[in-house]
Amino acid sequence: MEELTIFLVIYGTLLGAFAVAAVLVWFERRLLGFWQDRLGPNRVGPFGIGLALADVIKLLAKEDWIPPFADRLVFILAPTAVVITMLLGFAVVPYTEHLFIADLNIGLLFFLGMTSLAVYSVLLGGLGSHNKYALLGGLRAAAQMVSYEVFMGLSLMGVVMITGSFSLVDIVNTQAENGWFVISQFFGFIVFLVAGIAESHRLPFDLPEAEHELIAGFHTEYSGMKFGLFMLGEYLSLILISSMITTIFFGGWLGPSFLPDAVLDFVPHIFWFFAKTGTCICFFILLRAAIPRPRYDQLMSFGWKILLPLTLVNLLITGAVLLWL
Amino acid sequence: MIQLGLFYIAATITIASSLLAITRHNASHALIYLIVSLLGSAIVFYVLGAPFAAVLEVLIYAGAIMVLFVFVIMMLNLGAAGVKNEQQWLKPRTWVIPSLLCLALLAEIIYLLSSSNQALSGVVIGPKAVGIELFGPYVLAVEIASMLLLAGLVGAYHLGRRYLIDMRGESI
Repeated sequence: MEELTIFLVIYGTLLGAFAVAAVLVWFERRLLGFWQDRLGPNRVGPFGIGLALADVIKLLAKEDWIPPFADRLVFILAPTAVVITMLLGFAVVPYTEHLFIADLNIGLLFFLGMTSLAVYSVLLGGLGSHNKYALLGGLRAAAQMVSYEVFMGLSLMGVVMITGSFSLVDIVNTQAENGWFVISQFFGFIVFLVAGIAESHRLPFDLPEAEHELIAGFHTEYSGMKFGLFMLGEYLSLILISSMITTIFFGGWLGPSFLPDAVLDFVPHIFWFFAKTGTCICFFILLRAAIPRPRYDQLMSFGWKILLPLTLVNLLITGAVLLWL
Repeated sequence: MIQLGLFYIAATITIASSLLAITRHNASHALIYLIVSLLGSAIVFYVLGAPFAAVLEVLIYAGAIMVLFVFVIMMLNLGAAGVKNEQQWLKPRTWVIPSLLCLALLAEIIYLLSSSNQALSGVVIGPKAVGIELFGPYVLAVEIASMLLLAGLVGAYHLGRRYLIDMRGESI
């Protein structure tokens, strides 16, 4: 029984992540259209939802072309890295207190490790294409993601200090007692949010592929399903970051405590998890619609001069409170 | 039993990819094999009961240091000329003495391992235990390492700053 549940959770996660990523392609454009006061894609099927399917078919049917000047091994390897690591990252996400694939005692570090390995996709894509725009995109990606990884890890350490464990199930259980970490670790949350966008290199931090200066950056030479994998990886990392924000800062499967107990008992825990993750994804899409892309040096100095001191002060205060209060 | 199988598979992959990393002429391919070898050794650590060391191997070595290596390779833009250079430098003759030295070390390791009766216990050491050790008995080593890093940081800042002033055309 136990093994069967785990198998079901694994396949459910796999299929669910792919399905949500495919639907997000449509959903994102639809929301962007709504926020920018235009229609967005609304032709295929009811509300245009058939666009998700049409997009997948288009990507699969397109010619998959490898440029003759590219480094074949690196070129083919690059798009797989982001999809594999992001899917592996889902292994530590607890959907409810009983429903997860693995509750590792290094869960949080495992997630950080997987996001840091996802950099290779962008990096090798830029390196293997032998194209100057791709190379510039890859260089930017390397610098951006390595720097923001630092703040991402440090911003979570306050949470780890309060919990006393890297296990994500323990982190949520601590929030059941102490209240959600978004309140007690507000600065950690802000830094993690910004670093999360930078790590998944989505707008406004999509400088590795900034189309107004680098054509399409690291995936300039990619077409067909290889490009599709890059896009899939981006949406997967969006979902993963959102579910991590939900788990670490918004109490995972816990319902809001101001609701009456009758409601909390009635609503299944998994609903809260998916509702919060969905809200978070919508917020990321809203950020894309609302904020313009910064210049590259602005991005780097914002990281090192504002976010890094902020996380260090946050750590210092959290440590002092834990020691003396 | 499964653990033993995992160990041998990961160890074989690690050794094979390390050898490939040394023998490839193309620098970017060599780096990819090196990354694979680091990931393999992370799994070896995990199977031996050191999950914290395993995840640090992924996070720091594979995820940060090797990214910087790839970054440098991208900046150098070696290409076909670099492969040609490597082929000229790495003649079969060059391999003889390093291989002999390595063989001597290998023989020593095999002798040491076979003469000691201590098998690895396979006790799992969690992150908390590692932290308590690091900031308990080994706190001096941690402090020295942090001073070394600080020196590196100051040095890098100095180099970067001079470059910036030069670019503006001011005197140093």
